[in-house]
Amino acid sequence: MHLKTIAELSRGLAAGEFSSAELTRAFLERIERFDGQLNSFITVTAESALAAAADADARRAAGEAGPLTGIPIAHKDIFCTEGVRTSCGSRMLDNFIAPYSATVVERMAAAGCVMLGKTNMDEFAMGSSNETSYYGPVRNPWDTDRVPGGSSGGSAAAVAARLAPGATGTDTGGSIRQPAALTGLTGLKPTYGRVSRWGMIAFASSLDQGGPIAATAEDAALLLNAMAGFDPRDSTSIDQAVPDYTAHLGESLEGLRIGLPKEYFGAGLDPEVAAAVHAAVREFEALGASVREVSLPNSHLAVPAYYVVAPAECSSNLSRFDGVRYGYRCEAPKDLEDLYKRSRGEGFGAEVKRRIMIGTYALSAGYYDAYYLKAQQVRRLISDDFRRAFGEVDVLLGPTAPTPAFRLGEKTDDPVTMYLSDIYTIAVNLAGLPGLSLPAGFAAGLPVGLQLIGDYWSEARLLNAAHRYQQVTDWHRRVPAAFR
Amino acid sequence: MSLERSEVESIAHLARLAIDEADIPRYATELSSILGLVEQMNSVDTHGVAPMAHPQDVHQRLRPDAVTEADRREQFQRIAPQVENGLYLVPKVIE
Repeated sequence: MHLKTIAELSRGLAAGEFSSAELTRAFLERIERFDGQLNSFITVTAESALAAAADADARRAAGEAGPLTGIPIAHKDIFCTEGVRTSCGSRMLDNFIAPYSATVVERMAAAGCVMLGKTNMDEFAMGSSNETSYYGPVRNPWDTDRVPGGSSGGSAAAVAARLAPGATGTDTGGSIRQPAALTGLTGLKPTYGRVSRWGMIAFASSLDQGGPIAATAEDAALLLNAMAGFDPRDSTSIDQAVPDYTAHLGESLEGLRIGLPKEYFGAGLDPEVAAAVHAAVREFEALGASVREVSLPNSHLAVPAYYVVAPAECSSNLSRFDGVRYGYRCEAPKDLEDLYKRSRGEGFGAEVKRRIMIGTYALSAGYYDAYYLKAQQVRRLISDDFRRAFGEVDVLLGPTAPTPAFRLGEKTDDPVTMYLSDIYTIAVNLAGLPGLSLPAGFAAGLPVGLQLIGDYWSEARLLNAAHRYQQVTDWHRRVPAAFR
Repeated sequence: MSLERSEVESIAHLARLAIDEADIPRYATELSSILGLVEQMNSVDTHGVAPMAHPQDVHQRLRPDAVTEADRREQFQRIAPQVENGLYLVPKVIE
Protein backbone atom coordinates (compact mmCIF):
# COMPACT_ATOMS: atom_id res chain seq x y z
CA MET A 1 0.00 0.00 0.00
CA HIS A 2 2.82 2.38 0.88
CA LEU A 3 4.14 2.55 -2.69
CA LYS A 4 0.86 3.93 -4.01
CA THR A 5 0.33 7.62 -4.63
CA ILE A 6 -2.36 9.56 -2.79
CA ALA A 7 -4.52 9.44 -5.93
CA GLU A 8 -4.16 5.65 -6.06
CA LEU A 9 -4.85 5.30 -2.32
CA SER A 10 -7.92 7.47 -2.74
CA ARG A 11 -9.22 5.15 -5.46
CA GLY A 12 -8.38 2.11 -3.31
CA LEU A 13 -10.35 3.52 -0.38
CA ALA A 14 -13.27 4.38 -2.66
CA ALA A 15 -13.26 0.87 -4.13
CA GLY A 16 -13.20 -0.69 -0.66
CA GLU A 17 -9.86 -2.45 -1.30
CA PHE A 18 -8.70 -1.34 2.15
CA SER A 19 -9.97 0.87 4.95
CA SER A 20 -8.44 4.03 6.32
CA ALA A 21 -7.83 2.15 9.56
CA GLU A 22 -5.76 -0.46 7.68
CA LEU A 23 -3.93 2.21 5.73
CA THR A 24 -3.19 4.27 8.82
CA ARG A 25 -1.93 1.23 10.72
CA ALA A 26 0.33 0.35 7.79
CA PHE A 27 1.97 3.79 7.79
CA LEU A 28 2.24 3.87 11.60
CA GLU A 29 4.02 0.52 11.42
CA ARG A 30 6.41 1.86 8.80
CA ILE A 31 7.19 4.87 10.99
CA GLU A 32 7.84 2.52 13.91
CA ARG A 33 10.06 0.32 11.80
CA PHE A 34 12.05 2.88 9.81
CA ASP A 35 12.07 6.26 11.48
CA GLY A 36 14.92 5.33 13.83
CA GLN A 37 17.15 5.63 10.75
CA LEU A 38 15.73 8.97 9.60
CA ASN A 39 14.48 10.98 12.61
CA SER A 40 11.81 12.49 10.36
CA PHE A 41 9.10 12.70 13.06
CA ILE A 42 9.25 14.73 16.28
CA THR A 43 5.87 13.47 17.50
CA VAL A 44 3.83 10.49 16.28
CA THR A 45 0.13 10.73 17.12
CA ALA A 46 -0.77 7.06 16.69
CA GLU A 47 -3.80 7.01 18.94
CA SER A 48 -5.54 10.08 17.50
CA ALA A 49 -4.60 8.91 13.98
CA LEU A 50 -6.41 5.61 14.49
CA ALA A 51 -9.42 7.46 15.89
CA ALA A 52 -9.44 9.83 12.89
CA ALA A 53 -9.12 6.86 10.55
CA ALA A 54 -12.13 5.19 12.18
CA ASP A 55 -14.06 8.44 11.74
CA ALA A 56 -13.05 8.59 8.11
CA ASP A 57 -14.21 5.02 7.54
CA ALA A 58 -17.54 5.87 9.19
CA ARG A 59 -17.95 8.94 6.97
CA ARG A 60 -17.23 6.82 3.93
CA ALA A 61 -19.78 4.23 5.03
CA ALA A 62 -22.29 7.09 5.37
CA GLY A 63 -21.55 8.17 1.80
CA GLU A 64 -19.82 11.39 2.83
CA ALA A 65 -16.29 10.72 1.58
CA GLY A 66 -14.24 13.15 -0.49
CA PRO A 67 -10.98 12.44 -2.33
CA LEU A 68 -8.84 12.86 0.80
CA THR A 69 -11.13 11.14 3.30
CA GLY A 70 -9.02 8.62 5.19
CA ILE A 71 -5.67 9.58 3.60
CA PRO A 72 -2.86 9.66 6.19
CA ILE A 73 -0.59 12.71 6.09
CA ALA A 74 2.05 14.34 8.28
CA HIS A 75 2.23 17.97 9.34
CA LYS A 76 5.43 19.94 9.62
CA ASP A 77 5.86 20.77 13.30
CA ILE A 78 5.47 24.48 12.52
CA PHE A 79 1.68 24.13 12.19
CA CYS A 80 -0.17 24.44 15.50
CA THR A 81 -2.17 21.33 16.39
CA GLU A 82 -4.57 21.68 19.30
CA GLY A 83 -3.62 19.42 22.18
CA VAL A 84 -0.46 18.18 20.47
CA ARG A 85 3.06 19.49 21.08
CA THR A 86 4.05 22.02 18.41
CA SER A 87 7.79 22.50 18.83
CA CYS A 88 8.89 24.27 15.64
CA GLY A 89 12.08 22.23 16.04
CA SER A 90 13.10 24.36 19.01
CA ARG A 91 13.91 23.88 22.68
CA MET A 92 11.93 27.11 23.12
CA LEU A 93 8.69 25.25 22.30
CA ASP A 94 9.61 21.75 23.48
CA ASN A 95 6.89 22.03 26.14
CA PHE A 96 4.36 23.91 23.99
CA ILE A 97 1.02 22.12 23.63
CA ALA A 98 -0.81 24.28 21.10
CA PRO A 99 -4.15 25.60 22.42
CA TYR A 100 -5.58 25.83 18.88
CA SER A 101 -5.08 24.41 15.40
CA ALA A 102 -3.72 26.18 12.32
CA THR A 103 -6.18 26.87 9.51
CA VAL A 104 -4.24 24.44 7.30
CA VAL A 105 -4.58 21.71 9.93
CA GLU A 106 -8.31 22.39 10.33
CA ARG A 107 -8.89 22.43 6.58
CA MET A 108 -7.06 19.17 6.00
CA ALA A 109 -8.87 17.52 8.90
CA ALA A 110 -12.17 18.75 7.47
CA ALA A 111 -11.19 17.19 4.12
CA GLY A 112 -10.78 13.88 5.97
CA CYS A 113 -6.97 13.67 6.16
CA VAL A 114 -5.63 11.58 9.03
CA MET A 115 -2.66 13.15 10.83
CA LEU A 116 0.08 10.60 11.54
CA GLY A 117 2.25 13.04 13.44
CA LYS A 118 4.44 16.12 13.35
CA THR A 119 7.61 16.19 11.30
CA ASN A 120 11.09 17.36 12.16
CA MET A 121 12.37 20.64 10.76
CA ASP A 122 15.15 23.18 11.06
CA GLU A 123 14.61 25.27 14.19
CA PHE A 124 11.93 27.88 13.44
CA ALA A 125 12.36 26.89 9.75
CA MET A 126 15.80 28.50 9.64
CA GLY A 127 18.09 26.20 7.75
CA SER A 128 18.64 24.35 4.49
CA SER A 129 19.70 20.96 5.80
CA ASN A 130 17.50 20.12 8.80
CA GLU A 131 20.62 20.16 10.97
CA THR A 132 19.52 23.08 13.18
CA SER A 133 16.65 21.12 14.81
CA TYR A 134 16.71 20.80 18.61
CA TYR A 135 15.60 17.19 17.98
CA GLY A 136 18.66 16.29 15.93
CA PRO A 137 19.26 16.15 12.20
CA VAL A 138 17.02 14.31 9.75
CA ARG A 139 18.71 11.91 7.35
CA ASN A 140 18.05 11.55 3.65
CA PRO A 141 16.49 8.16 2.78
CA TRP A 142 18.52 8.07 -0.44
CA ASP A 143 21.76 8.13 1.56
CA THR A 144 21.54 8.38 5.32
CA ASP A 145 24.95 10.10 5.52
CA ARG A 146 23.38 13.03 3.66
CA VAL A 147 20.93 15.75 4.56
CA PRO A 148 17.33 15.77 3.26
CA GLY A 149 17.46 19.54 2.76
CA GLY A 150 15.52 21.99 4.86
CA SER A 151 13.74 23.44 6.49
CA SER A 152 10.88 20.97 5.77
CA GLY A 153 13.41 18.11 5.90
CA GLY A 154 11.32 15.83 8.12
CA SER A 155 8.29 16.09 5.83
CA ALA A 156 10.46 15.37 2.79
CA ALA A 157 12.33 12.42 4.35
CA ALA A 158 9.07 10.92 5.65
CA VAL A 159 7.38 11.05 2.24
CA ALA A 160 10.51 9.94 0.34
CA ALA A 161 10.75 6.84 2.58
CA ARG A 162 6.99 6.38 2.22
CA LEU A 163 6.37 6.73 5.95
CA ALA A 164 3.55 9.04 4.87
CA PRO A 165 2.02 9.45 1.40
CA GLY A 166 2.10 13.25 1.67
CA ALA A 167 2.97 16.03 4.07
CA THR A 168 2.72 19.74 4.62
CA GLY A 169 5.69 22.07 4.49
CA THR A 170 6.42 25.76 4.60
CA ASP A 171 8.66 27.74 2.30
CA THR A 172 10.28 31.06 3.23
CA GLY A 173 13.35 30.83 0.98
CA GLY A 174 13.06 27.36 -0.53
CA SER A 175 12.07 25.22 2.44
CA ILE A 176 9.53 23.13 0.49
CA ARG A 177 11.24 23.06 -2.89
CA GLN A 178 14.85 22.38 -1.87
CA PRO A 179 14.07 19.37 0.39
CA ALA A 180 11.64 18.04 -2.25
CA ALA A 181 14.50 18.29 -4.77
CA LEU A 182 17.04 16.58 -2.51
CA THR A 183 14.69 13.66 -1.75
CA GLY A 184 13.12 13.10 -5.19
CA LEU A 185 9.66 14.52 -4.46
CA THR A 186 7.19 17.06 -5.83
CA GLY A 187 6.85 20.15 -3.64
CA LEU A 188 4.87 23.31 -4.29
CA LYS A 189 5.26 26.75 -2.77
CA PRO A 190 2.05 28.58 -3.67
CA THR A 191 1.57 32.28 -4.44
CA TYR A 192 1.99 34.44 -1.33
CA GLY A 193 -1.50 34.78 0.15
CA ARG A 194 -2.85 31.51 -1.30
CA VAL A 195 -2.55 29.35 1.85
CA SER A 196 -3.44 30.72 5.26
CA ARG A 197 -0.57 31.47 7.62
CA TRP A 198 -2.88 31.45 10.66
CA GLY A 199 -1.46 29.06 13.24
CA MET A 200 1.70 28.56 11.19
CA ILE A 201 4.48 29.78 13.47
CA ALA A 202 5.86 32.92 11.84
CA PHE A 203 9.46 33.21 10.65
CA ALA A 204 9.45 35.97 8.00
CA SER A 205 5.85 37.04 7.50
CA SER A 206 6.20 38.68 4.08
CA LEU A 207 7.81 35.51 2.67
CA ASP A 208 6.33 32.50 4.53
CA GLN A 209 3.91 30.29 2.65
CA GLY A 210 2.64 26.77 3.35
CA GLY A 211 2.32 24.10 0.68
CA PRO A 212 2.26 20.36 -0.05
CA ILE A 213 5.07 17.81 -0.41
CA ALA A 214 4.12 14.55 -2.15
CA ALA A 215 5.36 12.01 -4.65
CA THR A 216 3.54 13.41 -7.67
CA ALA A 217 2.09 16.62 -9.05
CA GLU A 218 -1.36 15.01 -8.99
CA ASP A 219 -0.97 14.34 -5.25
CA ALA A 220 0.29 17.88 -4.65
CA ALA A 221 -2.81 19.16 -6.48
CA LEU A 222 -5.11 17.05 -4.28
CA LEU A 223 -3.44 18.36 -1.13
CA LEU A 224 -3.42 21.98 -2.33
CA ASN A 225 -7.16 21.73 -3.00
CA ALA A 226 -7.62 21.17 0.73
CA MET A 227 -4.98 23.67 1.93
CA ALA A 228 -5.72 26.72 -0.22
CA GLY A 229 -8.30 29.41 0.31
CA PHE A 230 -9.12 32.74 1.88
CA ASP A 231 -8.88 33.01 5.64
CA PRO A 232 -10.10 36.16 7.39
CA ARG A 233 -7.85 35.26 10.35
CA ASP A 234 -4.70 35.78 8.25
CA SER A 235 -4.44 39.45 7.33
CA THR A 236 -2.22 38.62 4.34
CA SER A 237 -4.54 35.95 2.95
CA ILE A 238 -5.90 37.03 -0.43
CA ASP A 239 -9.56 36.55 -1.29
CA GLN A 240 -9.20 34.79 -4.61
CA ALA A 241 -11.28 31.85 -5.82
CA VAL A 242 -9.63 28.43 -5.46
CA PRO A 243 -9.83 26.40 -8.67
CA ASP A 244 -9.87 22.59 -8.61
CA TYR A 245 -6.14 22.03 -9.06
CA THR A 246 -6.72 18.52 -10.41
CA ALA A 247 -9.04 19.72 -13.20
CA HIS A 248 -6.36 20.79 -15.71
CA LEU A 249 -3.56 18.34 -14.93
CA GLY A 250 -3.94 16.46 -18.17
CA GLU A 251 -4.08 19.39 -20.57
CA SER A 252 -1.66 19.48 -23.47
CA LEU A 253 1.54 21.51 -23.17
CA GLU A 254 1.35 22.38 -26.87
CA GLY A 255 2.28 26.04 -27.16
CA LEU A 256 3.50 26.43 -23.57
CA ARG A 257 6.32 28.99 -23.57
CA ILE A 258 9.13 27.99 -21.22
CA GLY A 259 11.96 30.37 -20.32
CA LEU A 260 15.36 29.24 -19.07
CA PRO A 261 16.84 32.00 -16.90
CA LYS A 262 20.47 32.10 -18.01
CA GLU A 263 21.54 33.19 -14.51
CA TYR A 264 20.33 29.82 -13.17
CA PHE A 265 22.77 27.87 -15.31
CA GLY A 266 26.03 29.65 -14.44
CA ALA A 267 29.05 28.91 -12.26
CA GLY A 268 28.33 26.85 -9.15
CA LEU A 269 25.80 24.55 -10.83
CA ASP A 270 26.84 20.90 -10.57
CA PRO A 271 27.36 19.60 -14.15
CA GLU A 272 25.34 16.43 -13.53
CA VAL A 273 22.44 18.50 -12.17
CA ALA A 274 22.70 20.72 -15.26
CA ALA A 275 22.66 17.65 -17.53
CA ALA A 276 19.52 16.30 -15.85
CA VAL A 277 17.76 19.66 -16.18
CA HIS A 278 18.71 19.93 -19.87
CA ALA A 279 17.39 16.41 -20.48
CA ALA A 280 14.11 17.47 -18.87
CA VAL A 281 13.98 20.51 -21.13
CA ARG A 282 14.07 18.15 -24.13
CA GLU A 283 11.16 16.18 -22.65
CA PHE A 284 9.14 19.37 -22.31
CA GLU A 285 9.96 20.24 -25.95
CA ALA A 286 8.78 16.79 -26.99
CA LEU A 287 5.55 17.49 -25.09
CA GLY A 288 4.98 20.54 -27.29
CA ALA A 289 6.50 23.37 -25.24
CA SER A 290 8.71 25.99 -26.84
CA VAL A 291 11.87 26.91 -24.97
CA ARG A 292 13.93 30.07 -25.03
CA GLU A 293 16.56 31.73 -22.89
CA VAL A 294 15.50 34.65 -20.69
CA SER A 295 17.37 36.85 -18.25
CA LEU A 296 16.69 37.70 -14.61
CA PRO A 297 19.59 40.17 -14.30
CA ASN A 298 19.25 40.86 -10.58
CA SER A 299 19.28 37.18 -9.54
CA HIS A 300 22.66 37.53 -7.82
CA LEU A 301 21.12 40.05 -5.40
CA ALA A 302 18.39 37.71 -4.13
CA VAL A 303 20.40 35.94 -1.42
CA PRO A 304 21.92 39.21 -0.10
CA ALA A 305 18.50 40.95 0.04
CA TYR A 306 16.89 37.89 1.61
CA TYR A 307 19.44 37.85 4.44
CA VAL A 308 18.23 41.30 5.44
CA VAL A 309 14.48 40.91 4.94
CA ALA A 310 14.14 37.44 6.50
CA PRO A 311 16.31 38.10 9.60
CA ALA A 312 14.68 41.52 10.13
CA GLU A 313 11.21 39.97 10.12
CA CYS A 314 12.42 37.03 12.22
CA SER A 315 13.93 39.30 14.87
CA SER A 316 10.57 41.02 15.16
CA ASN A 317 8.43 37.84 15.05
CA LEU A 318 10.59 35.93 17.52
CA SER A 319 10.47 38.73 20.08
CA ARG A 320 7.24 37.09 21.27
CA PHE A 321 9.26 34.28 22.86
CA ASP A 322 9.96 35.93 26.19
CA GLY A 323 9.68 33.15 28.78
CA VAL A 324 6.55 34.74 30.23
CA ARG A 325 3.43 33.44 28.51
CA TYR A 326 4.41 30.06 27.07
CA GLY A 327 7.45 28.09 26.06
CA TYR A 328 10.83 27.77 27.73
CA ARG A 329 11.71 29.74 30.86
CA CYS A 330 15.21 29.75 32.40
CA GLU A 331 15.81 28.59 35.97
CA ALA A 332 15.84 31.16 38.80
CA PRO A 333 15.86 34.47 36.91
CA LYS A 334 17.31 37.26 39.06
CA ASP A 335 15.31 40.03 37.38
CA LEU A 336 13.07 40.57 34.36
CA GLU A 337 15.93 41.31 31.96
CA ASP A 338 17.73 38.17 33.09
CA LEU A 339 14.50 36.23 32.55
CA TYR A 340 14.20 37.49 28.97
CA LYS A 341 17.85 37.11 28.10
CA ARG A 342 18.50 33.68 29.52
CA SER A 343 15.15 32.21 28.45
CA ARG A 344 15.93 33.33 24.90
CA GLY A 345 19.64 32.58 25.04
CA GLU A 346 19.01 29.03 26.32
CA GLY A 347 15.78 28.40 24.37
CA PHE A 348 17.10 29.31 20.92
CA GLY A 349 19.82 27.48 19.00
CA ALA A 350 22.84 29.04 17.30
CA GLU A 351 21.34 29.64 13.82
CA VAL A 352 18.21 31.27 15.23
CA LYS A 353 20.35 33.53 17.43
CA ARG A 354 22.53 34.50 14.46
CA ARG A 355 19.49 35.50 12.43
CA ILE A 356 17.85 37.40 15.28
CA MET A 357 21.09 39.33 15.74
CA ILE A 358 21.49 40.11 12.02
CA GLY A 359 17.89 41.33 11.92
CA THR A 360 18.27 43.36 15.09
CA TYR A 361 21.38 45.00 13.66
CA ALA A 362 19.74 45.74 10.28
CA LEU A 363 16.76 47.37 11.97
CA SER A 364 18.73 49.32 14.57
CA ALA A 365 18.96 53.11 14.59
CA GLY A 366 21.26 54.43 11.89
CA TYR A 367 21.36 51.21 9.83
CA TYR A 368 17.76 50.95 8.64
CA ASP A 369 18.27 52.75 5.32
CA ALA A 370 21.50 50.97 4.47
CA TYR A 371 20.07 47.50 5.09
CA TYR A 372 16.30 47.15 5.35
CA LEU A 373 15.27 49.92 2.96
CA LYS A 374 17.98 48.91 0.49
CA ALA A 375 16.84 45.28 0.64
CA GLN A 376 13.21 46.30 0.01
CA GLN A 377 14.36 48.26 -3.06
CA VAL A 378 16.39 45.31 -4.34
CA ARG A 379 13.31 43.17 -3.76
CA ARG A 380 11.43 45.43 -6.17
CA LEU A 381 14.16 45.00 -8.82
CA ILE A 382 14.00 41.22 -8.44
CA SER A 383 10.22 41.26 -8.73
CA ASP A 384 10.45 43.48 -11.83
CA ASP A 385 12.82 40.96 -13.46
CA PHE A 386 10.14 38.29 -13.12
CA ARG A 387 7.43 40.64 -14.38
CA ARG A 388 9.44 41.27 -17.56
CA ALA A 389 10.16 37.56 -18.03
CA PHE A 390 6.46 36.69 -17.72
CA GLY A 391 5.79 39.14 -20.54
CA GLU A 392 7.73 36.75 -22.81
CA VAL A 393 7.11 33.27 -21.40
CA ASP A 394 4.51 31.36 -19.34
CA VAL A 395 6.78 29.39 -17.06
CA LEU A 396 10.43 29.60 -16.00
CA LEU A 397 12.44 26.39 -15.69
CA GLY A 398 15.75 25.71 -13.99
CA PRO A 399 17.42 23.64 -11.30
CA THR A 400 15.90 23.79 -7.79
CA ALA A 401 19.25 23.50 -6.02
CA PRO A 402 22.82 23.82 -7.34
CA THR A 403 23.87 20.36 -6.11
CA PRO A 404 22.25 17.11 -5.01
CA ALA A 405 22.06 16.33 -1.26
CA PHE A 406 25.26 17.19 0.61
CA ARG A 407 26.75 15.33 3.57
CA LEU A 408 25.72 15.96 7.15
CA GLY A 409 28.16 18.46 8.64
CA GLU A 410 29.48 19.54 5.24
CA LYS A 411 28.15 23.11 5.45
CA THR A 412 27.52 23.62 9.16
CA ASP A 413 30.78 25.49 9.85
CA ASP A 414 30.04 28.38 7.55
CA PRO A 415 26.53 29.89 7.52
CA VAL A 416 27.12 31.73 4.24
CA THR A 417 28.00 28.51 2.38
CA MET A 418 24.78 26.99 3.69
CA TYR A 419 22.76 30.04 2.60
CA LEU A 420 23.97 29.68 -0.99
CA SER A 421 22.26 26.28 -1.32
CA ASP A 422 19.02 28.29 -1.75
CA ILE A 423 20.40 30.46 -4.54
CA TYR A 424 17.70 29.45 -7.10
CA THR A 425 14.73 29.40 -4.75
CA ILE A 426 14.96 32.60 -2.70
CA ALA A 427 14.03 35.10 -5.43
CA VAL A 428 10.65 33.38 -5.83
CA ASN A 429 9.78 34.14 -2.19
CA LEU A 430 10.96 37.74 -2.48
CA ALA A 431 8.62 38.19 -5.46
CA GLY A 432 5.80 36.14 -3.84
CA LEU A 433 5.45 33.85 -6.87
CA PRO A 434 4.49 30.16 -6.97
CA GLY A 435 7.33 27.67 -7.50
CA LEU A 436 7.29 23.90 -7.84
CA SER A 437 10.09 21.36 -7.60
CA LEU A 438 9.76 17.98 -9.25
CA PRO A 439 12.16 15.04 -9.59
CA ALA A 440 14.07 15.06 -12.88
CA GLY A 441 16.72 12.37 -12.64
CA PHE A 442 19.76 11.54 -10.59
CA ALA A 443 23.29 12.83 -10.10
CA ALA A 444 25.76 10.40 -8.50
CA GLY A 445 22.80 8.27 -7.39
CA LEU A 446 21.02 11.18 -5.68
CA PRO A 447 17.79 12.83 -6.81
CA VAL A 448 17.88 16.04 -8.87
CA GLY A 449 15.10 18.59 -8.62
CA LEU A 450 13.76 20.73 -11.42
CA GLN A 451 12.08 24.01 -10.55
CA LEU A 452 9.14 25.52 -12.41
CA ILE A 453 8.26 29.12 -11.56
CA GLY A 454 5.00 30.73 -12.65
CA ASP A 455 3.30 34.09 -12.51
CA TYR A 456 0.97 34.90 -9.62
CA TRP A 457 -1.90 32.39 -9.14
CA SER A 458 -0.56 30.01 -11.80
CA GLU A 459 -0.35 26.96 -9.51
CA ALA A 460 -2.68 25.01 -11.80
CA ARG A 461 -0.40 25.62 -14.78
CA LEU A 462 2.73 24.54 -12.86
CA LEU A 463 0.95 21.39 -11.68
CA ASN A 464 -0.25 20.71 -15.23
CA ALA A 465 3.29 21.03 -16.65
CA ALA A 466 4.72 18.83 -13.87
CA HIS A 467 1.96 16.22 -14.29
CA ARG A 468 2.46 15.94 -18.05
CA TYR A 469 6.20 15.51 -17.52
CA GLN A 470 5.43 12.79 -14.96
CA GLN A 471 3.28 10.98 -17.56
CA VAL A 472 6.38 10.48 -19.75
CA THR A 473 9.01 9.94 -17.02
CA ASP A 474 9.18 7.74 -13.94
CA TRP A 475 11.59 9.63 -11.65
CA HIS A 476 8.69 10.34 -9.29
CA ARG A 477 8.02 6.60 -8.87
CA ARG A 478 11.53 5.82 -7.64
CA VAL A 479 11.76 4.89 -3.97
CA PRO A 480 15.07 4.46 -2.11
CA ALA A 481 15.94 0.74 -2.00
CA ALA A 482 16.24 0.50 1.79
CA PHE A 483 12.67 1.77 2.27
CA ARG A 484 10.71 -0.06 -0.43
CA MET B 1 31.87 45.12 7.42
CA SER B 2 33.58 43.65 10.43
CA LEU B 3 31.85 43.71 13.80
CA GLU B 4 33.74 44.45 17.01
CA ARG B 5 33.24 42.51 20.20
CA SER B 6 31.40 45.49 21.76
CA GLU B 7 28.99 45.64 18.79
CA VAL B 8 28.10 41.96 19.18
CA GLU B 9 27.44 42.56 22.87
CA SER B 10 25.27 45.55 22.07
CA ILE B 11 23.25 43.69 19.41
CA ALA B 12 22.74 40.73 21.77
CA HIS B 13 21.51 43.15 24.44
CA LEU B 14 19.07 44.84 22.03
CA ALA B 15 17.76 41.39 21.04
CA ARG B 16 17.60 40.31 24.72
CA LEU B 17 19.75 37.28 24.06
CA ALA B 18 22.18 35.97 26.64
CA ILE B 19 25.25 34.69 24.80
CA ASP B 20 28.35 33.09 26.31
CA GLU B 21 31.45 35.29 26.58
CA ALA B 22 33.42 32.54 24.92
CA ASP B 23 31.12 32.56 21.87
CA ILE B 24 31.43 36.28 21.12
CA PRO B 25 34.44 36.01 18.78
CA ARG B 26 32.64 33.30 16.78
CA TYR B 27 29.49 35.43 16.53
CA ALA B 28 31.60 38.41 15.45
CA THR B 29 33.16 36.39 12.64
CA GLU B 30 29.91 34.77 11.49
CA LEU B 31 27.80 37.92 11.65
CA SER B 32 30.52 39.86 9.80
CA SER B 33 30.59 37.25 7.06
CA ILE B 34 26.78 37.38 6.72
CA LEU B 35 26.93 41.17 6.52
CA GLY B 36 29.64 40.81 3.87
CA LEU B 37 27.20 38.71 1.82
CA VAL B 38 24.40 41.23 2.41
CA GLU B 39 26.54 44.16 1.30
CA GLN B 40 26.70 42.75 -2.22
CA MET B 41 23.41 44.67 -2.53
CA ASN B 42 25.48 47.84 -2.74
CA SER B 43 26.68 46.84 -6.21
CA VAL B 44 23.36 48.06 -7.64
CA ASP B 45 22.04 51.61 -7.73
CA THR B 46 18.54 51.69 -6.22
CA HIS B 47 18.10 55.45 -6.30
CA GLY B 48 14.40 56.22 -6.83
CA VAL B 49 13.28 52.56 -6.62
CA ALA B 50 10.10 52.20 -4.54
CA PRO B 51 10.69 49.78 -1.64
CA MET B 52 8.58 46.62 -1.85
CA ALA B 53 6.99 45.49 1.41
CA HIS B 54 4.38 43.08 0.07
CA PRO B 55 4.80 40.78 -2.92
CA GLN B 56 1.63 42.00 -4.59
CA ASP B 57 1.48 45.48 -3.05
CA VAL B 58 -1.77 44.53 -1.37
CA HIS B 59 -2.80 46.77 1.49
CA GLN B 60 -3.62 45.58 4.97
CA ARG B 61 -7.22 44.44 5.19
CA LEU B 62 -9.28 45.96 7.99
CA ARG B 63 -12.26 44.39 9.74
CA PRO B 64 -15.04 45.88 11.85
CA ASP B 65 -13.92 46.58 15.40
CA ALA B 66 -16.03 43.85 16.94
CA VAL B 67 -15.16 41.11 19.42
CA THR B 68 -14.58 37.88 17.50
CA GLU B 69 -12.69 35.77 20.04
CA ALA B 70 -14.06 34.04 23.09
CA ASP B 71 -12.28 34.47 26.44
CA ARG B 72 -9.84 31.55 26.66
CA ARG B 73 -7.57 32.93 29.34
CA GLU B 74 -7.64 29.80 31.48
CA GLN B 75 -6.71 27.59 28.59
CA PHE B 76 -3.90 29.90 27.46
CA GLN B 77 -2.54 30.27 30.97
CA ARG B 78 -2.42 26.53 31.47
CA ILE B 79 0.71 26.46 29.27
CA ALA B 80 2.37 29.47 30.92
CA PRO B 81 5.53 28.97 33.00
CA GLN B 82 4.13 30.74 36.08
CA VAL B 83 0.69 32.23 36.76
CA GLU B 84 -1.30 33.22 39.82
CA ASN B 85 -4.91 34.43 40.03
CA GLY B 86 -5.05 34.87 36.27
CA LEU B 87 -1.84 36.91 36.15
CA TYR B 88 1.47 36.02 34.52
CA LEU B 89 4.25 36.10 37.09
CA VAL B 90 7.69 37.60 36.43
CA PRO B 91 10.46 38.65 38.82
CA LYS B 92 9.74 41.82 40.76
CA VAL B 93 10.18 44.92 38.57
CA ILE B 94 9.35 47.71 41.06
CA GLU B 95 11.31 47.98 44.32
